[in-house]
Formats: sequence, structure tokens, C-alpha cells
Amino acid sequence: MSAGAPLLVVEDLKKYYPVRGGVFAAKVGDVHAVEGVTFTVAAGETLGLVGESGCGKSTLGRTIMRLEEPTSGRVLFEGKDVAYASKTELFQIRRDIQAIFQDPYSSLNPRMTVGEIVREPLEVHGMGTKAEQIEKVRALLETVGLTGEMLDRYPHEFSGGQRQRVGVARALALDPKLVIADEPVSALDVSVRSQILNLMVRLQKERNLAYIFISHDLSVVEHISDSIAIMYLGRIVEIGPADEVFANPSHPYTRVLIGAIPVADPTRKRSSEPLPGEAPSPISPPPGCPFHPRCSFAIDACRAAVPPLEPAPTNAGGARPHLAACIRKHEI
Amino acid sequence: MALLEIDDLAIGFQTEAGLLRAVDGVSLRLEKGRTLGLVGESGCGKSVTASSILRLVPSPPGKYLGGQIRFNGVDILALPASELPKIRGKDIAMIFQDPMTSLNPVFTIEKQLGEVLALRFGLDKHAARARSVEMLGTVGIPEPEQRIGAYPHELSGGMKQRVMIAMALMCEPQLLIADEPTTALDVTVQAQVLNLIRALQQRMGAAVLFITHDMGVVAEMCDEVAVMYAGRIVEQGNVFAIFKDAQHPYTKGLLRSLPRKGGAKKAELPTIEGVVPSLLNPPAHCRFADRCWKRKRLPETDQKRCFSEDPKLRPAGESFAACHFPVGGEQL
Repeated sequence: MSAGAPLLVVEDLKKYYPVRGGVFAAKVGDVHAVEGVTFTVAAGETLGLVGESGCGKSTLGRTIMRLEEPTSGRVLFEGKDVAYASKTELFQIRRDIQAIFQDPYSSLNPRMTVGEIVREPLEVHGMGTKAEQIEKVRALLETVGLTGEMLDRYPHEFSGGQRQRVGVARALALDPKLVIADEPVSALDVSVRSQILNLMVRLQKERNLAYIFISHDLSVVEHISDSIAIMYLGRIVEIGPADEVFANPSHPYTRVLIGAIPVADPTRKRSSEPLPGEAPSPISPPPGCPFHPRCSFAIDACRAAVPPLEPAPTNAGGARPHLAACIRKHEI
Repeated sequence: MALLEIDDLAIGFQTEAGLLRAVDGVSLRLEKGRTLGLVGESGCGKSVTASSILRLVPSPPGKYLGGQIRFNGVDILALPASELPKIRGKDIAMIFQDPMTSLNPVFTIEKQLGEVLALRFGLDKHAARARSVEMLGTVGIPEPEQRIGAYPHELSGGMKQRVMIAMALMCEPQLLIADEPTTALDVTVQAQVLNLIRALQQRMGAAVLFITHDMGVVAEMCDEVAVMYAGRIVEQGNVFAIFKDAQHPYTKGLLRSLPRKGGAKKAELPTIEGVVPSLLNPPAHCRFADRCWKRKRLPETDQKRCFSEDPKLRPAGESFAACHFPVGGEQL
């Protein structure tokens, strides 16, 4: 981890969506999509953001890029507040923060050639002459394992894996410092998935890129992440160095999640009983710990207050502390 | 006689570019009470094979080009269309990947389950309702008396998949075809659904044909595995044998490209280079030869064989592999 201030600081970030109902579409409540999230990402580091559908991980990613306006809280990128940046400041910041999306079929404009798709960010930001831009696009395509001749082809002529390479090339066009990758390999076949993961790891080393890697696939996250944050119902319930979190999960939800992954080894069976029930609605989250209605360790105190993120029992106290939001973390 | 016997099945699709041979000579056996995993990547023909068992391949553009599917000795492909409803949903039930689209959005759950019971067992409305409520309870839907009046959009993805499973199992089928039943679900919900399928299978003694691309799910659920590549079965055998010592280079490559638990962080994952051959005009030799890591290690004279002869499925190690030079103990 590099010294000095982290690249990205997210502080108590909240994103609510109003729920409207009734005759005059009056506001009747809020969807608490992101509920007070705090973390940092250092240059060249990968933070894996894990959770199930509806936990707010994608909204969190979008709010950091300010594709969504935050309800409250701060997002500092190199010390500049993204959340309150003016249009011109935001334009600058967006050069440094880029995104890769899940679906390589819908995230590329079918009417544009691959060359145009990758060149567009360069054009928007006025980087060099057209000839220089095309030269750069050619180099980018080669960097991601495609060839310069593919410049004039359309997305439909490419396979899923190749399209995702185009998505990576587009994200890299402006030499960003942080890439937010939202389920970048979930739509890909196993053999192609490992190619894209290898590519992302290689690019990170070459360019000192930081990633926020959003995924529901824990085995992929474990492979690629330095730190890992587990989200449940809009909150981070556990965060820490990836190896630490996997070796000593300190939140009951993390344990269930790790235990629920089928292991590609028929001699080993899944370790835990499946979680009962379903995640509660983020419109009316339960009082206290959001996980208590499904937690086998829950006691009365769990219903009283939201537990803060505190050092886990095995926290070694390094640069990246291991934190868990569970009042019984020392007992389980 | 096995419960399900597929012999040399071939299915094509008439496309503008010509006849696409999606399934090209597939043979399978499935015994009563056993679970067979049909594995492979997008476009390998696994879903087409599965739907053909219920003659669900749309025709046109689909076309049965040859082969036999015998269920309890009866050739399904030779049955007149009027006989099909006697098999569909009664002796053979199917669960699809996407529970969002496989339920009818304009009818309540009660109506949809009731229809099945009326057709299969001739139950009247009251009896059907009682049986439906009981079954919804069995598949783990809370408050089944209330939920039975719900429309599909009022249920979550996991709940809809449970309704589909309830519908499939209410008929007490001898064969359950599950086509990626948990792919659209979260891991904790997936764990619940897999447990449910297994528990109900054990109780009813049904055979299960499990179509998936997830090697973890295969390892957990299946007794036997058949691996498909480009419309063919390239390897088949006992689940332990396949995961321990896969004999086809493709199977071996697939298994090795998964990130391993506790594996070296950000280490380069083995990949399978290249792309699947076009099924419009598949090569007359081994379809994997182009991409094969094992072939590249062979002396020139042996490689010629990979590019001239079409390998047939034959015993290799503890499984069956369609390869001239099975892996043996070699590592990738």
C-alpha cells in the first residue's frame, strides 16, 4: 500500500430514494439503498464490494461516480469532494474515475464501431488530434488483447469476452486512477472469465490502477481483492484485508455467505446450513442490526441499536484494519 | 433399461447463414434416482439437449436431425404431438433458469398451481388449493395461505423459483429437468433451493438432469457429469473421477480456470485461449484441437491426428473422454 493519503475516501455516504404513493404521489417513505457507508481505497489497490441483490453495492458504486446524487455524506477523490464538485470539477474528476459494467451486450452502443466507442472519451475530453486519438485507440485495443484491425468492426461481431475487453479499453482511454467495475465478469463463461480477470490484474500492475470490484461471486473477489467489504441492506457489516476476512469472518452474515458458495470439489460439502428467510425490505429496514431477523446468534440487544463497525477479534491493527459490525463478534 | 436414454441425438437450427448443428450426436443415460449434471459454456448445446427431451425445441427454426430419446423405453421423438401432454409435467417436469418469465404474470399462483393439479390428478378447486398450500409450505414459502393469492410480480426471484419447483414436484415426476435453476439467484438463496431440490429428490426418488455452467453446483449436486463442447459430449463419468482426474483437456482446462480457494492472490489464472468453432460448419476433426493445450505439447505426427480424425467417446482413466490423447496425470 502506498504511503500518504488514500486515493478515495468515502465517509458516511447515504443514498435514499423516495417512495411515492397515494393520490398526489406524496412521499410515503424512503428506500435506504446506501445507509452510512465509510471506507477508503489506496492507489493500486483493489477493494472487493460483496453482497446480494438489493444490498446497495451497485448504487454505492454509482454514487461514488456521482451517476447518482448522494443524499448525504462525502466522497473525496484525491482530496476533492466528488459529491459537491461543480460541473467543471466533476468533468476533471471523471477522467480519473472510470467504470466497467456487467453486461458487455448492452453497455456498448451497437451503432458505433469499436474504434468510435473507445475513442469517444478521448474526443469528449479533447485529448489530442483525431489522428493521435486513433493511434491511442489502436494501442489500447492491443493492450487489452484485441488487434488494431478490429477498429472498424461493430460490437455484434464480437464474442462476450471480446466485448468486455472493449469495455476495459474504453475505461482505460483516459488513463484513470480508479476503475469501478460492477460485476465485470458475471455474464461471462468460466474460461473467458479467467482471461478478463488476468487482464484486469495485469493492467492494475502496469498502471497502478485502483479497483472497486463489485461482485456477488466470492471466489472471484477473493482472487482479485486486497481488501473486501461485505454489504447487507445498505450497510457495510464487515471490512478488512481479503485474506483476513476469508480466514476469520467475524460477522455472522459473512460466515453464511462464505459457507453458501458451492465448492468445486465433490469431496467437500458446503459448510453451513442455508440462511433462513429473505433480506428485509430496504424501505422499512428492521431496527437495530439489519441482519438480526435472520441471524442465529441474535439476542435482544441486537434489536436495540445498529452495531458500529469495530475491530474484529483477530484484527492485527495494520494499515487496513479488520472491522465487523456485530456486538457478539467475540462470542461467535 | 435406464429411465432416460438418449442416443446419437442431433438437432439443428435453420439460420440465414445455413444449418447450425447445435446438438451433434449426443448420447446419455440416466438411471432412476440419480442426478446427472450436463455442463458446458454458452452455446455448447446443453439447454437444447434438455429442452428436446420434452420436445420443447421450437420448430421451425429447430429441427430434429436424428437420434432417439427414450423415456421408460418409449421413443419421445416418435410420439404423435397429441401424446406429449401426457408426458410433459407428469412423468417429466422442467424448471427453467428464469423464474421471472416462466410464470404467467396475469394469473395468481393459486390458479397456476391449481391448473396443474386439475390436469394431472383431476382435483377440484378446494382439493387443489389445499394441496397447493401444502406444497408451497414444503418448498419453504412462508405464510402459504396468503401467498397463494399473490401474482408472480408480488414475489421475489427466490420465491418465484420455489413456486416453479413446487409446480414441478407436485406432479411427482420420475424425471426432473433443471435448466440452470439457480443461476439468477443469490448465493444464500441458491443454497436454499439446492437443498430443497435434493431433499425432494430423495423423498420422491426422482432422477434429475441438472444443466449448469457452475462447477461448484455440479460438485455439490451430481452423481454423474457429462461435459459438452460445441454440440458434443467430450467427457462423461462419475463426479469424483471428473473432478479428481479429468481426462479431456477441455474439462481439465475448465476446472483449472476457476479461482481456487486460498489460491495465490492475483496470480495468473489458467485460461483456454481461442474461441469455440462455428457450428454452421464445424471441423471434421476434434472440435477442441485448435484451442487444446495438450495437443500443443504433442509431437508433430500426433498433432496431425487431432486435425484429421474425429475422436469418439471412449474409456480414459476413470471416465470416458472424446480425445485421441487423454490427459492422464498430466497437469496444465
